[in-house]
Amino acid sequence: MSEKKTNRRDFLFTATYAVGAVGVGATVWPMIDQMNPDASVKALASTEVDVSSLTPGKTITVLWRGKPVFIRRRTEDEIADARSVKLDDLKDPEKDEDRAKNPEWLVMLGVCTHLGCVPLNDKGDYNGWFCPCHGSHYDTSGRIRKGPAPTNMEVPKYEFVNANTIKIG
Amino acid sequence: MSDHEYTPKSKAGKWFNDRLPLLTLANHLTDYPTPKNLNYWWTFGGILTFCLITQIVTGLTLAMHYIAHADMAFESVEHIMRDVNYGWLIRYIHANGASMFFLAVYIHIFRSLFYGSYKAPREIIWIIGIIIYLLMMAAAFMGYVLPWGQMSFWGATVITNLFSAIPLVGEGIVTWLWGGYSVDNPTLTRFFTLHYLIPFLILGLVVLHIWALHVPGNNNPVGIDVKKPSKDTVPFHPYIVIKDGFALLMFMIVFAFFVFYTPNILGHADNYIEADPLVTPAHIVPEWYLLPFYAILRSVPDKLLGVIAMLSAILILAALPWLDTSKIRSAVFRPLYKQFYWILVADVLILGYVGAMPAEGLYLLVARVATAYYFLHFLVILPVLGLKEKTLPIPLSITEPILGGTANLATARNKESSIK
Amino acid sequence: MKNFLRILSLIIVFLATTLSSHAAEKVEYLKTDWSFKGLFGKFDRGALQRGYQVYTEVCASCHSMKYLSYRNLAEKGGPEFTEQQAKAIASSFDVTDGPNSDGEMFTRPGKLSDKFVMPYENVKAAQAANGGAYPPDMSVLVKARGGGVDYIYSLLQGYEDPPVGITLDEGVHYNRYMYGNKIKMSNPLSDGLIEYSDGTNATVEQMSKDVTTFLMWTAEPHLETRHQMGFKAIVYLIILTILVYFSMKRIWSRVETEV
Repeated sequence: MSEKKTNRRDFLFTATYAVGAVGVGATVWPMIDQMNPDASVKALASTEVDVSSLTPGKTITVLWRGKPVFIRRRTEDEIADARSVKLDDLKDPEKDEDRAKNPEWLVMLGVCTHLGCVPLNDKGDYNGWFCPCHGSHYDTSGRIRKGPAPTNMEVPKYEFVNANTIKIG
Repeated sequence: MSDHEYTPKSKAGKWFNDRLPLLTLANHLTDYPTPKNLNYWWTFGGILTFCLITQIVTGLTLAMHYIAHADMAFESVEHIMRDVNYGWLIRYIHANGASMFFLAVYIHIFRSLFYGSYKAPREIIWIIGIIIYLLMMAAAFMGYVLPWGQMSFWGATVITNLFSAIPLVGEGIVTWLWGGYSVDNPTLTRFFTLHYLIPFLILGLVVLHIWALHVPGNNNPVGIDVKKPSKDTVPFHPYIVIKDGFALLMFMIVFAFFVFYTPNILGHADNYIEADPLVTPAHIVPEWYLLPFYAILRSVPDKLLGVIAMLSAILILAALPWLDTSKIRSAVFRPLYKQFYWILVADVLILGYVGAMPAEGLYLLVARVATAYYFLHFLVILPVLGLKEKTLPIPLSITEPILGGTANLATARNKESSIK
Repeated sequence: MKNFLRILSLIIVFLATTLSSHAAEKVEYLKTDWSFKGLFGKFDRGALQRGYQVYTEVCASCHSMKYLSYRNLAEKGGPEFTEQQAKAIASSFDVTDGPNSDGEMFTRPGKLSDKFVMPYENVKAAQAANGGAYPPDMSVLVKARGGGVDYIYSLLQGYEDPPVGITLDEGVHYNRYMYGNKIKMSNPLSDGLIEYSDGTNATVEQMSKDVTTFLMWTAEPHLETRHQMGFKAIVYLIILTILVYFSMKRIWSRVETEV
């Protein structure tokens, strides 16, 4: 009898604790989730850029989701340069053909993959980009060649809406 | 502070505790001997702690999205309500939480008044409580200004103008409070700063409030001193924790109903109109919890005297331990005081009601009578009553009436009369 | 406990009656069934979509809706247009954007992320175009009026000829539900004013109800989530309260005291 009573009591207390814990969890979640991107931020996912004024060898930087995006119209030499590199020489092997579907246009996030600085244009040992913060060198395809950055600069989702307009995101 | 020496069992615990006696504190809090006859009116201390923490947590999260600028405040609140994940929930909890906080604090105060918890040796607890209450009103008022709706703006204008009643320097003080020539952006940003600060002041005072409480220990419905620990007491954990928890859950059900089903009923529709310095709403009323004092303010036809009356109505409470001359704490053994107590409750409710009504005709008359009675209660009735009243004999211990056996005559008589 | 509950309920009853008597307006509003009231209240999708149509075709020429975005039209708990429909609605509006690289502002078709286009540049322009009266923004209008949906619903049907003895100035109309009975907005609705795309007969009553439902949603876009979450929260709290009650009884059974 007394044993049964103990069991029942244990069950009651365990159940109370368990149900209480669920409630605490459910209450804490909204307080955490409120810091995630809100509906209005999520809605601003894409931006359209007019690139008609870009001549070969020039780069423009546009803002997308609060980050700089480099849009470069590459010269023939740069394309040849980028395409001739052997994959074995790369820290993060990736073909230029995969990074720039249309070889003339390179679109990528202008964010160094090391710690997030914005690399400088037309600088560095590989005539591409150079990050002044910690000395990462990128080639004409935005791939990491030398320095602490672990990966190539990221290519966002983008498409040509028409010959002169790129839609990023 | 601790009632018996405590040594942690583990070596690491002892090492830590010798350097920072947190474990002693934790042990004190769990073992804290509490009178076992506390009724549910005593659960509101715990409920108030919950309210304070809820307000701080939801307030912090709202502050991450709110913009304290006259041009953007209203819009940022709408942004919270529409776009921020669970923003509507957090804001409604915060807005209704203020009302629930005041509901609980009023019950807490009136419990104290009924059972004489403010009397020696608990005067300091009581006075700290009054300071907390004043700070709560300041925080609530400034919080109401932040959404920058019509009631925010005009409430801020009216309340800050109270200071202009001060002779000579009044106008200067008001301009200083505003940081301009009217309630405007500088006023909003400073109110936001202070609204953010005050809850932490309250939190500090709550620690003092509880510390001061733990010196003499809790009062109890019988109002006599309890030997502790003894057969009259139970350890705080688990007995009081589970009981407070049960009461808190019932409180939360009411709270949830407001938040999820009538989130705007305690607010005012005009506060969903963005602040407009050119148009005053037809009928300005403060939030319900300030209505009794608002009624007192309006019942006095002179500007300065009205403000003084309103402030005195709160400050008079701080003098209560000395205004009440009775040696007996609990109203259970003070038949006359008990009646006057309920008259006071009714008086305050009436003040609250007329505070919501236009200040004219019959309402104004009622407000004046009720204001006069409010002060009469504290300044005349209480001191005289303590000297004249014939109190009932009090039992020797709180276990006596409960354990039966040789029931105290007085308690038996009291029970009889309450049945009648 | 009994005593405690008795006093508490007395106080609650007092506060409730005070509140309701305070809230009670002098005018009796027209009554109708609102699908969004009650514990499980939800919006009627059809009414919301029709209400949007009334808003754009009638109200939007004067009243802004500045806190809403076109994406909201496709969100759950709202009119729930399909994303395609919402995009089509958005692109039917010209949105001012810019400055472009030449420093010029330009217009482009609206996107889902754009806020509703406002009928006037600013408040002054709105006042100038409406005889000095500013047509209020409608985003939170329902919550900004004491009578809420009933008031808006009644107001839209409350236009009538002024009683004898009341003279109205130029550009002022008589409405029996308006505060002070004088309103600057002329009667916006008349039977058959618009043609509902779902074929519903556009009577004044129907349009009033639809647009008011729509305005309730614009003011409280998360109302459905709130009701659903609230029901779950309260059921949960009741279960936990019962568990804690029995735990408490058991713990206190160790001492001879009533809880």
